[in-house]
Amino acid sequence: MDSIISLLGAGLLQSFEPLNLMMIFLGCFAGLFIGAMPGLGSVNGVAILLPVTFLVPPTAAIIFLAALYYGAMYGGAVSSITLGIPGASTAVATVFDGRPMAQSGRADQALMAAAIASFIGGTISVILFTGFAPPLAAFALKFGPQEEFALMLLAFATFIGLGGDDIPKTIFSILVGLVLAAVGFDIISGQPRLIFGGLVEFQRGIPFLVLAIGIYGIGEMIWTLEHTKGKIQMHKVEVGFKKIINNLAQVKKYLPVSTVGSVLGFFVGTLPAAGATPASLMSYGLAKTFSKDGDTFGKGNVAGVAAPEAANNAASTGSMLPMITLGIPGSPTTAILLGGMIIWGLRPGPLLFTESPDFVWGLIGSMYVANFMTVVLNIALIPVFIRVLAMPFSVLAPIIFILCVVGVFATTDRMFDTYLMLGLGIAGYLLRKLNYPVAPAVLAIVLGPLTERSMRQSLISSQGDPMTFLERPISLVCILIAVGLVSYPMISKMIKKRKAEKAA
Amino acid sequence: MTVRTAELIMGVVMLLASFGLMWNVLNDDLTIGWLEGRGPGAGMWPFWLSAGMALTSLWTIARWFRGVTAESRNLDPYIDPETIFMVGITIAAIFFLLVLTNIIGLYFSMMLFLLFYVKGIGRHKWGLTLAVVFGMPVAIYMLFEVALNKYLPRGWPFFEGIFLHIDDFRYAIMS
Amino acid sequence: MKIWKTLTMTAAALAITAPAAMAEWQPRKPVEFIIMAGTGGGADQIARLLQGLIQKKGLSPRPFIPINKPGGSGAEALSYIKGKEGDNHTLLVALNSFYTTPIIQDELEIDVTSFAPIGRMAMDTFLLWVNTDRDDITDLDSYVATVQGSDGTWKVGGTGSGQEDSILTAMMEKELGYNVTYIPFPGGGTVAKNLVGNQIDSTVNNPSEQMEFWRAGNSKPLVQFNGERTAPFEDVPTAKELGVDIEYYMQRSISGPAGMDPEAVAWYQNLFEELFNSQEWQDYCESDGLTCSEWISGDELAEFHNAQLQRHVELIETVGADAITSK
Repeated sequence: MDSIISLLGAGLLQSFEPLNLMMIFLGCFAGLFIGAMPGLGSVNGVAILLPVTFLVPPTAAIIFLAALYYGAMYGGAVSSITLGIPGASTAVATVFDGRPMAQSGRADQALMAAAIASFIGGTISVILFTGFAPPLAAFALKFGPQEEFALMLLAFATFIGLGGDDIPKTIFSILVGLVLAAVGFDIISGQPRLIFGGLVEFQRGIPFLVLAIGIYGIGEMIWTLEHTKGKIQMHKVEVGFKKIINNLAQVKKYLPVSTVGSVLGFFVGTLPAAGATPASLMSYGLAKTFSKDGDTFGKGNVAGVAAPEAANNAASTGSMLPMITLGIPGSPTTAILLGGMIIWGLRPGPLLFTESPDFVWGLIGSMYVANFMTVVLNIALIPVFIRVLAMPFSVLAPIIFILCVVGVFATTDRMFDTYLMLGLGIAGYLLRKLNYPVAPAVLAIVLGPLTERSMRQSLISSQGDPMTFLERPISLVCILIAVGLVSYPMISKMIKKRKAEKAA
Repeated sequence: MTVRTAELIMGVVMLLASFGLMWNVLNDDLTIGWLEGRGPGAGMWPFWLSAGMALTSLWTIARWFRGVTAESRNLDPYIDPETIFMVGITIAAIFFLLVLTNIIGLYFSMMLFLLFYVKGIGRHKWGLTLAVVFGMPVAIYMLFEVALNKYLPRGWPFFEGIFLHIDDFRYAIMS
Repeated sequence: MKIWKTLTMTAAALAITAPAAMAEWQPRKPVEFIIMAGTGGGADQIARLLQGLIQKKGLSPRPFIPINKPGGSGAEALSYIKGKEGDNHTLLVALNSFYTTPIIQDELEIDVTSFAPIGRMAMDTFLLWVNTDRDDITDLDSYVATVQGSDGTWKVGGTGSGQEDSILTAMMEKELGYNVTYIPFPGGGTVAKNLVGNQIDSTVNNPSEQMEFWRAGNSKPLVQFNGERTAPFEDVPTAKELGVDIEYYMQRSISGPAGMDPEAVAWYQNLFEELFNSQEWQDYCESDGLTCSEWISGDELAEFHNAQLQRHVELIETVGADAITSK
């Protein structure tokens, strides 16, 4: 323990060197804005700015990119809340309550909650990272396809309650998302699927962002257009010093969910292949299931913003763990960070901790500092972000449409996807008007590919025997928890009924 | 069209779409069943999930006939005329934005789109309109091309040429 | 509009003077660097390293922009390059799916020999790996015996049906007379991790993917599929030495679309030759177990591609397309 503290101290000291401190600041700042752009998330930010880092020493470079990753995670919440468009898959769950809060004029509260929860998530996860990196890495290795599949079941189980009140339409929405996720080239069989008569454009599959921006960007804007008739301004929010203090005092409302979300997010994040998206969804689902006022979730409950935000920031720290200790990226973003480290001549893997301690502890130290810096920056910028909402709708709407188009194009580099986005957006709008919930489809398209792949990998390796999921201890535990979560709402209803009967 | 009719039509359309997807899987000759010793075939997941879509659509249609859903009893218009105009014109404008992007490039089509929307629909003052029309492309160019090193579509060579001069200028002052 | 005019005029003035100073062809817009694989893999790493080196050394007046088009084992990237005929600002970072994808998906009608050959940056190799925990497996013979004894339940991890390692696995099944269960994972890194975590029994990984686990003593190579032993695996026998007729490489090369201007081709060839000979590139090759001793470009590279394409046609014929993909 002593050695960890002294190493950490050295790392912290390192991150206070002027160059590194400047890198943290620049990274956080750039990340915040990149994350806030609909479509652009940490993946793009890190990929695009990677070459810039060849100009500075490796430690400063990774610190810059890690700070950018952090900043983008915070920034994703900004577009989810103010515009209602998730900037990245990790911020989808933030839309559920962030958007209604902004619509009822509480955007500043939501942004503050997102910032504070992210800070909590970041801090808890960095502490866990500092203390338990090697044993967790060993645990992550135990995760095979069976465990991944069980984890996905767990993720689906946690958001069982997210659907609408119309059961067939909710199931339909989940299925549409899963089917859309199957479009494209199947790596297990080496065959293209559902490419509609050999359209090469579909071979790549339908990227999550195309659907999310279509539905939340185009669809949501058309929806708003219909309801406001393009006349009114969106929502004016006044920000004053007093209000900030007031908002800060709300912390106690979401401190528990943020803490749980952070721990959960960190663990899910450390598992290669899982990453921050399932983490944030699970955190949201749990917060809703176990909340006393679960019904207010989705209608602007501040805990519904805090839970996923704490989890996705914690998961982003978590996903650095397999990258550093195993050389395996836990998320697309860390995949690119990993490429960067190799280019700088560092070899991420089991030996990195002992061979390049300066680098590893410099990075860990910088995570503490980056976390602190982003929360300060973010709170300071809330008034700026809020101003967006004060724009007249007939100016804001076209700007958002253009950002959607550019955001999709910049992510996938294909005009085809912009048409697809428009089409899916219109379809989503028409379905939503008939009370089809759209959120389940968006969630399903994120989790679908991993669920199918891990299921088929497991079955291939067990020679087609489905018992394989129950024979492995970690997988069995996850499945049992999933079953418990699905039945929990029913059981608690039954218990309530019994109690009511007894009382009567 | 009333909400009631719309729900039925949507149910039927989605049913047909599900069949289309199922047919697509079969047409690609993918295995929709269980492969002995290997688990699900390549077509199993998409085929049976599409079958599930078809079933839930049927379920919705059945509920419509029994009048269970709120929508099936709702005789309000699905989309009122004012909304059709508003939404239709917006969708058409975005579509033209995309089509024109292939021809005159994203920047010019963006300016036309903004001009149309801010002046034509929003009826804002010329000052604000022009600020948005010229400010937005500049902001996009600075953020995506200068800071993030992206290359956004610029249309046919003639229009691309115009931007190459701007690029030349930018690289000349930056180097 | 006034700003526009001034801008374009200044730019035009600059544009006239700039090319006059340098008569040879130069890129005038950013060069799209198309990667036929996803982010984080070997091809992606190479593309991003090259991009960084170009920027650091100031070798190009316009930046190179890596773009991943991983769809359909590279089919998306190849179709894209096919559609860019005559374009001087698009390059492809190729690996072996450059040959296999057009053969397996012949409906795409892609002729890679029509592409402009720029240069071969490296030859990568494959090794057969098992977890160090397997004390019973010490060499190829004990490996083959164990696999044959497993009656088809031996689990080999790879990067996807129809990919290079699935072909190599099929070749081994044929040559060594056994059957295995091939499990696809997304990317070589995930494959390596699953080997170390004992989720699968063996892999054919590139050296770069297993290097760190090997150094940490988690995995061990049994055979290499090179023609001769390469550093740092001097102790690992080649398949040929053991009397198994398998020799297989992964090429890492750069191509342009068909019909690229000869001046542009020449310019890119020079650029990549300079990169190839740079200290940074050679260092990277050494540390990642790549062979980068010989620079091949132009007609020589075209011949190389032709020969490789032929070889892959034969390989896929002998193992049968069904052995590597399933419906």
